Amino acid sequence: MAGVKHSLAVDLGGLHLPLPVVAAAGCFGTGRELAGLTDLRTLGGVVTRSLTYQPSKGALTPRVAESPSGIVTAVGAQNPGVRDFLAEDLPKLRRTGLPVIASVAGSSLEEYVRVASALQSEPGIVALEVYLGTRDEQHGGIPFASRRELMVDVVGAVSRLSSFPVFAKLSAVVPDLEETARACVHAGAHGLTLIDAVPAMAVDASRLRPRLGATLGGLSGPAIRPIALAAVFRVAQVLPGVPIMGVGGVSTGEDAVEFLLAGASAVQVGTALLVNPAAPEEITRGILAYLKDKGVASPGDLRGRLRTGGEGPEA
Amino acid sequence: MKRVRAEILNVRKLGAYHSLTLVAPEIAERARPGQFVSVAMPVERSTVLRRHFSIHQASRRGGWAGTLEFVFDPKGQGTAWLADTKAHQFVDAIGPLGKSFAYPQRLSNCLLVSEGHGTAPIYFLAQELRARGKRVDMLIGGDSESRVFKPIEGKRLSQTVTIVTADGSIGEQGSIADALSSVVEATGAQVLYAAGPRRMLRSVAEFCTERQIPAQVAVEEQMACGLGLCYTCVVPVIRKDGSGFDNLRACTEGPVFNPARIFWERWMSEPRAVATPPEGFPVVRAWPG
Repeated sequence: MAGVKHSLAVDLGGLHLPLPVVAAAGCFGTGRELAGLTDLRTLGGVVTRSLTYQPSKGALTPRVAESPSGIVTAVGAQNPGVRDFLAEDLPKLRRTGLPVIASVAGSSLEEYVRVASALQSEPGIVALEVYLGTRDEQHGGIPFASRRELMVDVVGAVSRLSSFPVFAKLSAVVPDLEETARACVHAGAHGLTLIDAVPAMAVDASRLRPRLGATLGGLSGPAIRPIALAAVFRVAQVLPGVPIMGVGGVSTGEDAVEFLLAGASAVQVGTALLVNPAAPEEITRGILAYLKDKGVASPGDLRGRLRTGGEGPEA
Repeated sequence: MKRVRAEILNVRKLGAYHSLTLVAPEIAERARPGQFVSVAMPVERSTVLRRHFSIHQASRRGGWAGTLEFVFDPKGQGTAWLADTKAHQFVDAIGPLGKSFAYPQRLSNCLLVSEGHGTAPIYFLAQELRARGKRVDMLIGGDSESRVFKPIEGKRLSQTVTIVTADGSIGEQGSIADALSSVVEATGAQVLYAAGPRRMLRSVAEFCTERQIPAQVAVEEQMACGLGLCYTCVVPVIRKDGSGFDNLRACTEGPVFNPARIFWERWMSEPRAVATPPEGFPVVRAWPG
């Protein structure tokens, strides 16, 4: 449409990102790995690998098993610990010029608090994302994601101390997703990242063994995109003012647009980045082409444009 | 490292394996033995991950200049698709990836040990060692004759070749571990290189540690990205000072490692030996010793 000036910048409730495509947690490295393979400036930001307070060796190998249109992984949050991250990885990430969203992990409420505290006022970081895919060792090792009060306590404690906006990354299979999302926001979360990898397993029948060293893992990739879309849509319906980053199997511009229409303000790219280093560039180009085609000025204007309820087959 | 749209020059069956040659001068020019190349699956397939292959040949000169060859066992969905590709098709390839084998400076007699399609990168290494005036001997293994990769080429590239198979269909019947000691004595090997399955690499590692022979091994580990992003392909490697171990990425910090520094018990997931012992690990001197 003539006269429409297209901008790809997105506003997540006051957190401004230059582009709508963000690298998902644990899929980017420090920027050096992709040097020469893609233009990093085609990303709107990067989520770090999930950080614990002490260094973590992560899970035993194998850590990945392929599954139809997806991968089942269990890395076990291998990371250098938040202090070594600040000393060694953050300076490299800063050099990319990309907004950094630090992923906060822990195996107790105290650990989340210590990690989030260590990250405060670090230049380059623009937001925190609370990863809840770990187990709470203070409550007998049950997964944080299995009890709403455990998740809300962590998200609330991190939000209260953080000067950065905090995004709670939720699984699609938490008890009553809409209520959990609402409770996280009431506890202080600025926004939500939807969804975390779907709990999954892969079995090698010939060897009578699980395919992953950790036995259980999480499914990601195109296989979970419909699940992620539903989660984004459901939460956006009940929390229309809360910024959502949609994540789960986005590999093309069209995939990203689906998330924006369902109610996300930005998308994260994980598995696609592992397979195609140019994915962010291709997705961003695809979003722009869609905006031009529909005469829409910016990705933010797509939010809530999904027409539900039977009428009018064509746009 | 470069990402290219590479034309397939040919695909052929070699015993139980397949060999695929790409026209990829940007990768071939830089490739060194031990490094690997990653190939993307077509987007319409449900196999999402790239596949990673050790480089068997990278020709910089002559009629094959700019070509790159790798060898694979078409037993999975991705490799079965590759085995069915045809000349002149194009694939998305990234390479060369990973760290290559180091060459010894003073020591001269090199024994190259391999099993299955692990033999493919070993031939590339043999050429480079011979070009540096080293003596090369080989010990090649496989389950049966069809899984002993190009034994004739092995003979051309080395002083002596010893072949062992599990069923005795070619060479001696037995395993690499059985033959290692006598081959090392017969050839006067001063340095060992190995590529192949984990169990075989471990027998080489134990032998070399006991005899104090410097060695390097190229590991085969399941990789998701091959680029250092995902930390799925890690190998537990003991720190230089023995104070502990770190899970290093086979794709970027390997796939070539000093086998004396691999924490084998953990890598083989032996349940009672997954943590650093309280007294630390024995300190390993630097390669090539």
